[in-house]
Amino acid sequence: MELVLSIAIGLMTGCGVWLILRPRTYQVIVGLSLLSYAVNLFIFGVGGVKSNLPPILEDGVDPASLADPVPQALVLTAIVIGFATTALFLVVLLASRGLTGNDHVDGRNEPK
Amino acid sequence: MPVLVGGIVTLLTLSLTTYAYWLIGSGNVLRFEAEWLPQFGLNFTLRMDGFAWIFSMLVTSIGFLVVVYARYYMGDDDPIPRFFSFLLAFMGAMLGIIMSGNIILLSIFWELTSIFSFLLISYWHHNPAARDGARMALTITGIGGFCLLIGMLLIGNIVGSYDLDKVLASGDIIRAHALYLPALIFILLGALTKSAQFPFHFWLPNAMSAPTPVSAFLHSATMVKAGVFLLVRFWPVLSGTYEWFYLVGLSGMLTLLLGAYFAMFQRDLKGLLAYSTISHLGLITTLLSLGSPLATVAAIFHMLNHATFKASLFMAAGIIDHETGTRDMQRLSGLFRFLPYTATLAMVASAAMAGVPLLNGFLSKEMFFAEAVETHADSILDTALPYVATLAGAFSVTYSLRFIHTVFFGPAPVGLPREKPHEPPRWMRFPIEFLVVVCLIIGIVPSLSIGPFLHVAVESVLGADTPPYSLAIWHGFNLPLVMSLIALAGGTLLYILLKDYFARCEDGTPLFRRLRGQRIFERVLVTVSWRWARMAEARLGTRNLQPQLRWVVACGFLAGLMPLYLSGFEPRPFRFSGIDPAFAILWLIGASLALGAAFFAKYHRLAALIMLGGVGLVVCITFVWLSAPDLAITQLLVEIVTTVLILLGLRWLPKRNLDLGDNITLRGRFRRFRDLVLAIACGTGMSFIAFAVMTMPVPDTIATYFLHHAYDQGGGRNVVNVILVDFRGFDTLGEIAVLGVVALTVYALLRRFRPAADSFAMPEQQRIQNRFDEEQPERAPGDTVRDYLLIPMVIMQWLFPVILTLSVYLFMRGHDMPGGGFSAGLTLSIAFLLQYLAGGTRWAEDRIRILPLRWMGAGILVAALAGIGSWLLGYPFLTSHSRYLDLPLIGKVPASSALLFDLGVFSLVVGSTVLILVALAHQSIRINRLRAIDAARGEEG
Repeated sequence: MELVLSIAIGLMTGCGVWLILRPRTYQVIVGLSLLSYAVNLFIFGVGGVKSNLPPILEDGVDPASLADPVPQALVLTAIVIGFATTALFLVVLLASRGLTGNDHVDGRNEPK
Repeated sequence: MPVLVGGIVTLLTLSLTTYAYWLIGSGNVLRFEAEWLPQFGLNFTLRMDGFAWIFSMLVTSIGFLVVVYARYYMGDDDPIPRFFSFLLAFMGAMLGIIMSGNIILLSIFWELTSIFSFLLISYWHHNPAARDGARMALTITGIGGFCLLIGMLLIGNIVGSYDLDKVLASGDIIRAHALYLPALIFILLGALTKSAQFPFHFWLPNAMSAPTPVSAFLHSATMVKAGVFLLVRFWPVLSGTYEWFYLVGLSGMLTLLLGAYFAMFQRDLKGLLAYSTISHLGLITTLLSLGSPLATVAAIFHMLNHATFKASLFMAAGIIDHETGTRDMQRLSGLFRFLPYTATLAMVASAAMAGVPLLNGFLSKEMFFAEAVETHADSILDTALPYVATLAGAFSVTYSLRFIHTVFFGPAPVGLPREKPHEPPRWMRFPIEFLVVVCLIIGIVPSLSIGPFLHVAVESVLGADTPPYSLAIWHGFNLPLVMSLIALAGGTLLYILLKDYFARCEDGTPLFRRLRGQRIFERVLVTVSWRWARMAEARLGTRNLQPQLRWVVACGFLAGLMPLYLSGFEPRPFRFSGIDPAFAILWLIGASLALGAAFFAKYHRLAALIMLGGVGLVVCITFVWLSAPDLAITQLLVEIVTTVLILLGLRWLPKRNLDLGDNITLRGRFRRFRDLVLAIACGTGMSFIAFAVMTMPVPDTIATYFLHHAYDQGGGRNVVNVILVDFRGFDTLGEIAVLGVVALTVYALLRRFRPAADSFAMPEQQRIQNRFDEEQPERAPGDTVRDYLLIPMVIMQWLFPVILTLSVYLFMRGHDMPGGGFSAGLTLSIAFLLQYLAGGTRWAEDRIRILPLRWMGAGILVAALAGIGSWLLGYPFLTSHSRYLDLPLIGKVPASSALLFDLGVFSLVVGSTVLILVALAHQSIRINRLRAIDAARGEEG
């Protein structure tokens, strides 16, 4: 479980890093999304991975055995904020595209 | 009105200070202490002893006189309230320096005087000279103030307290300490810059662009005295060492001599007075350097005397400027016939400046000469002092004579900017009269007038070391008197010799014309703030995003590696818990999708977007798998919204041509290779860290507390939701505020959005469809779209109530089961979104009117009010209370106050999401309008 998850996190980080270093704005936005998946999963994983033990209290179940709720709460807000930053970046991207006429991250088409 | 306020305030402080004399007269120290930051030893401590009192008297009385003078001096179109408020603020800061009982507080007030001095010099900010002078003064005194603060911190470190009384009592410890020299240097840098001592003297003449009342008050009588005030204040603690003598003495003597020499050759009246001020301050500094108590008495005495005669001279210069329109001594002459009163007053005051007997300047200068003759430290400086003193004395006689003789005597002036100068109003002259009378009284009966006050001041500084001194005018025919006579005679002779040169010479000082502090200062400033800054920007900076991000990523990687390097790598036995094949297959798919998204993001945006959504779904399933139902719900909903959002954006991006991408340069290849290495390194690193963290035993965290108390304190069974709306409710409040701000920013950015030229035209597909519709007589444009969307449209429309119910359901159960405000809000916004997709923007807005801004406003208000509500009941912000209500039909319903907070979250999430999506969706309507406008323009053109 942990092995698969950590390889997945690493792979998404790699893809994300590769993409945010690319010159096209669309690549950067896809890269940021992949990075945020990776980071969210990583934070989530810090609490340890458990199956079938959601942090929902039920009578007769020891609360201490449940999954860690703190990283979950952190990641929940991170997902929503991640959406907000993606939206913001998309709009900045569009505005820059409208102003410069191209979709290069620096607003110019030809590299120096 | 401002004048009245200024007058009343200054008069009030003056009378309060006067009254304080009876409280401190017998050697008492008044103290007031208010705790400010006691844990750092910084308190708002005020203390007044004899020395502080006499200085406060000086500041408040001259302050009052300056206000009276300024009432007449300032023009009708000058912004008077600004002037008086700055002046009073300065006076407050100056009194703060004088009365600070805490040395950090002192440096704060010190800085404030620099700032108000800056504001007052640049009062006429339309004048470039005033701006430059103000900037220079601020730079020099600001740097000095910073050094002073460092010095104070060092002193505080040595003594162990910032309290002035404690510092004053620890002179021996300080002088013996290893940090004495650095502390001394930093404090001297502060004091010498403020008092315009060599080599920092050049800011003062440039500060003369200030209105004359400011020059009289700040730049002769009070602010520039702050430096020497500080030297006196710390004299018992710092003086008496060789370092003190050399540093202070050298600076003081050079300033004394050079100031006087420069003053002789100024053409500008105020310039002459400014350099004379510098020279007199040098005299005081020299006295303080000697380390003898008697010299300190003379220094304190001379501070008072200088303030009285120099302030009156500045005011007289102001009157001359005011009446004739110029301060150029080569144009002024023979003004005695027009301004007999002012001329007489100025003559008396400049006689005091020159050190003529029966005036106060003579007394302190005589004391200075007496001290100069004494041997204090056996060195070349000490041997040179009597000659330097006599020479500077002669120079001061020369410039005083020049001031009087050229301005008031000789032929009547011709070609003045203002014809027919006449005496100023009665009360404009009053401050000068008052000060000149003081000069005379002190000069004639010193021990009856200033004597007792001076004694209180001296005693508070020197304590038991107070030497016997005499303020008499006549001490017999001794060496100091001879030196005075030589200076008077020599100065007069020098004036007679140089008279013709003065009348013709160009501005500036012979021998020193090339070496000007101002020019050096400017060159340094240009080098540091322009050339070096440009160089650093060119070498180290980039405006391109890619290198910046590359650095960020590389630094992030190194920062991740650092702890491994610093604290060593400790391999643990590899714990392999087995792989669930289904989970592995799931992530095999996820990994392929992620790689695909990365690969296709350049040329196949839609495909990349679909794959990205796929990765999101895999993440979502992972959350379900690993006991995080709340995250799964949120992730799924966000995935939907994000995908739609990016889909809306895709339309405005440029077409990418596949054929052009193949000829990559070698540099490009290298760059790609480097990025690939970086990406692989980061990915591998993250894998290792993630694996290490996940397989480590989880220590006991705060989670245990949350799990145990979620129900009894938060009243909910869904611990994640309880954390969000209850335990960490304040964080969530911040979170939703960010979401709202982002939504507003998106909205604002899109209001002025104008697409690029190549995405301006209608998309190809729409054109084909419309052409088809137009060709068929029975069809209208847009029918084709509607036809092929018919079935999805019906489904989406009918699903609206279902999704609505789901949203309410998610919201209500959120406290106990997966759900909550975030997911309910996203669900509702998806319901709205689907209506937009089903029928188009126009159709949807004809039927449902969503006011996202209201939803957002209501959301944040409800959330904040839910928090504030607990104040009313006497609990801290966002304390929640919960109980279950029994509603008919529905049954038990949780009714926690946190539910109200969650309602706020819900409402804000709905508003923000809808606002973002609608703003983007509206662009397709806007572009039609833009096209219509362009078409209309095209027809006109």
